[in-house]
Amino acid sequence: MDIGSMTEPCITLSGITKNFPGVRALNAVGLELYPGEVTALIGENGAGKSTLVKIMTGIYQPDAGEIRINGKSVELSSPHSAFKLGITAIHQETVLFDELSVAENIFLGHAPKTRFKTVDWSAMRVRSRRLLKEIGAEHIPAEAPLKELSIANKHLVAVARALSVEADIVIMDEPTAALSHKEIEDLFDLIGLLKKSGKSILFISHKFDEIYRIADRYTVFRDGEMVGNGSIQDTDQNAIVQLMVGRSVDQVFPKQKVAIGKPVLTVEDLHHPTEFADITFKLNQGEILGFYGLVGAGRSEVMQALFGITQPSGGSMTLDGDAIAPKSPADAINSGIVYVPEERGSQGVVANLPIFQNISLPSLARTSRSGFLKLAQEFSLASEYSTRLDLRAASLSQAVGTLSGGNQQKVVIAKWLATKPRIIILDEPTKGIDIGSKAAVHAFMGELVGQGLSVIMVSSELPEIMGMSDRIIVMREGRIAARYDNDGKLSPEMLVRSAAGIEEVAA
Amino acid sequence: MKSLLRARELWLAVIIVAMVTAINFRAPGFAAPANLAGILNDTSILIILALGQMAVILTRCIDLSVASNLALSGMIVALVNAAYPEVPVQLLMILAVGCGLVFGAFNGVLVWLLGIPAIVVTLGTLTIYRGLIFLIAGGQWVNADQLSEDFVQFTRIEMLGLPLLSWYAVLAAALFFVVMTRTSLGRSIYAIGVNPVASVYAGINVGRTTFVAFCISGMLSGFCGYLWVSRYVIGSVEVAKGYELTVVAACVIGGISIAGGVGTFAGAILGALFLGVINSALPVINISPFWQMAISGAAIIMAVVLNARGEKRGNRIILRQTGEPS
Repeated sequence: MDIGSMTEPCITLSGITKNFPGVRALNAVGLELYPGEVTALIGENGAGKSTLVKIMTGIYQPDAGEIRINGKSVELSSPHSAFKLGITAIHQETVLFDELSVAENIFLGHAPKTRFKTVDWSAMRVRSRRLLKEIGAEHIPAEAPLKELSIANKHLVAVARALSVEADIVIMDEPTAALSHKEIEDLFDLIGLLKKSGKSILFISHKFDEIYRIADRYTVFRDGEMVGNGSIQDTDQNAIVQLMVGRSVDQVFPKQKVAIGKPVLTVEDLHHPTEFADITFKLNQGEILGFYGLVGAGRSEVMQALFGITQPSGGSMTLDGDAIAPKSPADAINSGIVYVPEERGSQGVVANLPIFQNISLPSLARTSRSGFLKLAQEFSLASEYSTRLDLRAASLSQAVGTLSGGNQQKVVIAKWLATKPRIIILDEPTKGIDIGSKAAVHAFMGELVGQGLSVIMVSSELPEIMGMSDRIIVMREGRIAARYDNDGKLSPEMLVRSAAGIEEVAA
Repeated sequence: MKSLLRARELWLAVIIVAMVTAINFRAPGFAAPANLAGILNDTSILIILALGQMAVILTRCIDLSVASNLALSGMIVALVNAAYPEVPVQLLMILAVGCGLVFGAFNGVLVWLLGIPAIVVTLGTLTIYRGLIFLIAGGQWVNADQLSEDFVQFTRIEMLGLPLLSWYAVLAAALFFVVMTRTSLGRSIYAIGVNPVASVYAGINVGRTTFVAFCISGMLSGFCGYLWVSRYVIGSVEVAKGYELTVVAACVIGGISIAGGVGTFAGAILGALFLGVINSALPVINISPFWQMAISGAAIIMAVVLNARGEKRGNRIILRQTGEPS
């Protein structure tokens, strides 16, 4: 990094402090971005990364500290002033306007004007096309409504927007979270392009492989403090993880050895008109079966069919030897299958309702008789499972929304365990959560199979799927592409190749 | 949160009592038991309608067709009574409930199976049901002399000092207490209002529950159709025109969140009583009916502001807790 260290930083933040009522989000942190370089901002959830991004884009004002751009002290008093100073951000969920066209999105707020101060639509389209071509996205029509684009293409529009104002500083806040493998590769090519044109890039990601692929420097935050920075070449993954968590993490995946029993669930030739086909597999007692694949490979759709949310057009399922065909989630829950969806926050808890009502919600059929609730039974069910999971709450009548994140998670788990399931389907169980919470979820999965349950885990994270699964099924384009036993011989490359449909080169 | 809600309803009750006391100074006798019973009786129909509306609003929907449903069901039973005075009034009450159920179910089906937003569906049926009254009555009124003695008396007979009309409201309140707090239906209505997605995964049929809420609202509207015609001894196209907004206002004042999932049957009743007290107080203390509208309007905005602040406070509590070092 000789070139990098000789260049002056494009933007320097120093001593940035930001307080919220009762919380110090950032405590005198610093950050430097260099032209033509990617700096990775690393930290667990709640480390203060998002707060810093909001300060850099003018959404929050720091309580103390200084920001210099090209040596000059500046004040980012509003998103508009940050934008004018050449700072632009690309978010995880792109913040663009679905109902507007691609060109309008690129030029919103600084549209080219005619002599009469009206919008010059033709100039806007022409310049949009040129910008899209520059970033290798000429396949996106400038007139198309944004809502018709995929997330990856929306990112490209956001990049074009960044270039349209000649932003020098591009912030990417977990841009890969919703992208498939192939789309991530394209994004990385684009980042390379931006680097070459001398932009300073701040890249925020949870994924170490990505950070190592494209970052030149790193800055690590922990609990609102800057705990380390430097050149990425001079460090290794363990050192960064240690900085992040402040302790060394040896064993992230506490997979217990559990005796695998008889088949519990068999799925035979399951079909869906548009989403998937030829899905055949077995799930054994005490087993964690991993489903790997790219985003959009049809994994969640298969799980939703098992859970009765969608109806397959053909095929059969048996549970403990009896044929089942769940017509609704209620059906599936009754037969012993539960599905913990991806967004546990929005899809898991009913925040205003008390803890005991949340826990009993999927079990209402059992805690009521002909529609009338049996409150005592409901309460004892809730207290049984909250004790088992060591739930910390003042009372079971407390609203779930007032609990901490970890305890809310326990409520979600308690509510599914209370249905006495045979099979738990976990869809991306640790997506976007910090390392500490991940470990808790993984430990809990180990306990589940220890108690004789079977788990199907849908995950797009290689370390997780390889660390936790007994067997792995890889899906591609709605079909099963490969099956692996997770023995010592399985390599991540094999999974990625199967998922992407790359033929194995004869070695 | 729950204690906050309870406190909110307590405050509304305190405000109502304070209002009654204050008005009593200006117009002695206002707080006399007989007068209060009169107010309750005048507000009974609003209470019943507000309870039905509450069930719908809790599911994140709204039923704007309640007043038209009421008028149409009322006209149907009035016409039947005028044509066949020998049909017992109890049967007519059941008929009114049945008509209301059909009209409510029609709303519910459109919302459930076609996925049309409730505000659009019920705005449409508001007009359709109102128009149907014209068709079936041929633009005619049903007058007092066409209605049978029983038909008129079944809201007026006194029991333990209160007219039957008031007892219907008391019965509705008791029924809602049981349904909302002691049945899985009530629990499901709250759950889908707070978080519809989580409810689907918990095995609750969100569409069907919403449909049932519309049926409940429809049945009560239909029943109120009989009550209205019986009490005011008239059936016409104009009956209860625009009353749906008063019903929604009662719910909002009672702390039922238009965003769904928040609110109690007690809130709906108190919201209706609040409007009922203002209604009967203003003429007594010589304030023009225009003030009455302004006061109701101000009360609605106050209630929404208080609700919003209450919810915000909840959020702050969460932040502080997660912010604490554990």
